[in-house]
Amino acid sequence: MTTSSTAVDQTAGPAAAGARGGKLRRSSSTSTIDSKRQWWGWIFTTPFTIVFVLFLIVPLSYAFWMSLHNKGIATGGESVFVGIDNYVRAFTDPIFLDGLLLVARFVAVMVPIQIGVALLCALVLDTLATQLSKASRLLIFVPYAVPAVIGALMWGFLYSPRFGPAQDLFGLFGLAAPDFLSSSMIFTSLVNIVTWQWVGYYMIIIYAALRTIDPSVYEAARIDGANGAQIALRIKVPMVSSSMVMVVIFSLIGTLQFFTEPTVLRSVAQGAIPPDYTPNMYAYSLAFSYSQFNYASTIAFALGIFVFIGSYLFLYLTRKQSGLKS
Amino acid sequence: MRISQRRGAAAVAATVAAGAILTACSSGGSEDGQTDAGSAAGGEDATCTNEILNADAPQVSVWAWYPAFESVVDLFNETHDDVQVCWTNAGQGADEYNKFSTTIEAGSGAPDVIMLESEILPTYTILDSLVDLSEYGAGELESQFTTGSWSDVSNGDSVYAVPVDGGPMGMLYRADIFDEYGVEPPTTWDEFAQAAQDLRDAGYDGYITNYPTNGNALNYALFAQNGWSPFEYDNANPAEIGIDVATPEAEEVLSYWNDLIESDLVATDDAFTSDYNTSLVDGTYAVYLAAAWGPGYLQGLSDADSGAEWKAAPLPQWDPANPVQVNWGGSTFAVTEQAADPELSYTVASELFGTMDAWELGIDEAALFPQWLEALESDFFVEKEYEFFGGQQINKDVFIEAANGYEGFSFSPFQVYAYDQQTQALYDMVESGGDAAGALQTIQDALVTYAQQQGFTVK
Repeated sequence: MTTSSTAVDQTAGPAAAGARGGKLRRSSSTSTIDSKRQWWGWIFTTPFTIVFVLFLIVPLSYAFWMSLHNKGIATGGESVFVGIDNYVRAFTDPIFLDGLLLVARFVAVMVPIQIGVALLCALVLDTLATQLSKASRLLIFVPYAVPAVIGALMWGFLYSPRFGPAQDLFGLFGLAAPDFLSSSMIFTSLVNIVTWQWVGYYMIIIYAALRTIDPSVYEAARIDGANGAQIALRIKVPMVSSSMVMVVIFSLIGTLQFFTEPTVLRSVAQGAIPPDYTPNMYAYSLAFSYSQFNYASTIAFALGIFVFIGSYLFLYLTRKQSGLKS
Repeated sequence: MRISQRRGAAAVAATVAAGAILTACSSGGSEDGQTDAGSAAGGEDATCTNEILNADAPQVSVWAWYPAFESVVDLFNETHDDVQVCWTNAGQGADEYNKFSTTIEAGSGAPDVIMLESEILPTYTILDSLVDLSEYGAGELESQFTTGSWSDVSNGDSVYAVPVDGGPMGMLYRADIFDEYGVEPPTTWDEFAQAAQDLRDAGYDGYITNYPTNGNALNYALFAQNGWSPFEYDNANPAEIGIDVATPEAEEVLSYWNDLIESDLVATDDAFTSDYNTSLVDGTYAVYLAAAWGPGYLQGLSDADSGAEWKAAPLPQWDPANPVQVNWGGSTFAVTEQAADPELSYTVASELFGTMDAWELGIDEAALFPQWLEALESDFFVEKEYEFFGGQQINKDVFIEAANGYEGFSFSPFQVYAYDQQTQALYDMVESGGDAAGALQTIQDALVTYAQQQGFTVK
C-alpha cells in the first residue's frame, strides 16, 4: 500500500515537477516572444501610424489650435488667442444647440427605424432559402451601392412636385400629394432617404451574423417546443446582439454627423433646409461660405465631443450585449 | 466559449469600425481643404484647361466660369507673346468663392486673376485679398466703362477689379400668352399686378411670374428699384458699417409681392432648380424678370414650349415719371494678393475682354452683356437681332438704356451671410403667411448681431 502510494508519489512527483518546470519555462519564453512580437507589431503598424498621424492627428491638432484662436472679419485678419471663448460661444449658440437637438431627433427616429427594418429583413431572409430570397437580399442591398450624393439627387427628383411620381400616385386615389420638400415634410423626406440608403448595409451585417449561428441550436429549441417567432425573438436576436450594437453605433455616429443628404437636397429646397440645418452643415457654412475658419473648427470639435460622449455612453450601456463586458 | 469569443471579436470590430467612421468623417473637412489647395496650386503650375501657345512667356493663372471662355483665352494667348493665360474653371459662383476663401485662409493656392461678381467684392476687399489696381493705372479706365459698373468695382480712388459683364434688368415675357388672353404687357408695377389678375380671370392657368425666396440678388435689385440702399460701407474705414434693411421702401416692395403671393397670382418656386427651369420655358410663368444674361440662360433650357414667342420690354416701374434702372449680377476680373506678378496680372485682367474681337465671342457665344463702352456702343452689339426674340433688337430696345441708367449699389462685406438670412426670412414669410415688415426686421436684427459679433461698429 505504502510502496504503491510512494510509487504513485514518485511517479506523480517528477510529473508534477515537470509540469511546474514546464510552466516556468513556458512563461519565460512567452514573455520574450511577446516583447519580440510587440516590436514586430509596431513595425507592422508603421505604415498605418504614419498615415494616421499625418492625416488625422496633425489636422485634428491644427483644427484644435484654430478653435482656440479667433479672427473677426472687421479686425484686420489678426489671429488672437481666446482660450475657450469659442467653446463657450458654441455651447451657448442657439444655432448650434438647435442643430444638435435636430440631429438628436433624427437619431431618435431614424436609428430605430433603420435597425428595425434591417433586423426584420435579415430575419425573414434567414428563414427563407429560396431563389427569391437571394434576389431580395441583393435588391435590399443595392441602394447602399449607390453613392450618397447620387442617391440624394435622385430622391430630389422623386420628391419634386413637377417631375416626381408622387402627384400621379396620389392622383390615382383622388388625393393631392404633399410637398415633400416643404419645411414641414423635409424631416420625413430625409429620414426616408437615409433609411433607403443604409438599411441594406445593416441588414447584410445582421444577416451575416445570423448565418454563423449553429443550426443545431434551432433544432434544440424546436425539440423544446419553440415556434418560429420564439426562435427568432428568443434565440436569433440575442445571439446577434453584438452585431446589432455595432450597427446601432454606425447608425448613431452617421446620424449625428448628418451632412451629405441635406446638403444635396438643399439645392432644391433652400428655404426648408437652411445652411445651418445640422451642426456639420453649420461648420461647413461657417468655414467656406462665411470665412470663419476658427469658429468652424470650434463647432466641429464641439460636435466631435458630443459624438464621442454619445457613442461612449451607448457602448457603456450596451457593454453586456456587445460582449465588451462578459 | 466560441460565442463569447465571437462577441469579443465583434465588439472589437465595432469599436475599430466606429473609429474608422470618425476618422473618415472628421478628416473629411481637412481633406476637402487639401484638394482645393491642390487644384489651386495646379493652377499656378501646369494644369491649364486651355493650351499654352508660347511656353516661354510667363503665365498668369485665371479662374473663371464664363460660358465659351476657352475661345476668349485662346484669342488672348494668340495675340500676346509676353504673357500667357492659364485658365481653370473652379466652379460657378459660390463654388468658386468657397475655394477662394480656403486659399486665402491657407495663404497659398489662389489664382493670379479671379472672376468675381461685383456683389462679392467687398467680402474679399475687407480680407485684404484683392490688389488695389489703381497702383497700376486702373484709374484711367474709368471713362471706358459704364458708370454703374465702375462704381461697383471702385471705392474712392481705389479700384479692386475690372468690370466685365453686367446684368441690367428687363422684363422678358411670352407675347403669345399675353395675346391669347388679351392682356397688355405691363409697364408699371400697378399694371403688373392688374395683368396678373387679368390673366388669371381670362383663364390662364399659370402664374404671371415667379418670386423666388432664394432669389438673392434679384430680390436686392427689386428692392433697390424703389430706392433701397441697405448698406453703408466704405473700404477706407472697414470696421464701420451702416445696416438699414428694414426701410419703408423695401417694405412696400415686399408687401406688393407678398400680396400677389397670397392671392396665388405669383409662384414661389426656388430659383435655379429644375422645376423652376422647366416652368420658365413651358408656359407656367408668363413673365421672366431677367437680367441681360437672362436670354442666354433661357436659350440653354430644355423642354421649351415650341409655340413660345418671347419679347423683351423694360422692367416695370414704381414711378413711370422717374424710372429707376437696376442690375442683377455681372462679373469682374480681380487680381488676388497672392498673384506672383500683380502688374502682369492686371494686364491680363484688363485685356482679356479688352478687344472687340474678344467681345464678339463673348456676345455671340456666351451671351454676355458688356460693361466696356466700346463694345456696348458698337453697332455690332446695339443692332444685334436676336432670333430667339423673333428678331427683336433687345439690347437697343431694353438693356442698353437699363445699363446706362444703373448707378451702382453698395453691398456688405458679408454678402453670403446676408443672402442666406434673406432667403430664410422670405421663405418663412411665404410659408407661414407672415408680413413683410416682420421679415425685413428679422433680417435687420440678424445682420446687426452678426456684424457686431465680427467686430464691426454698427452705425
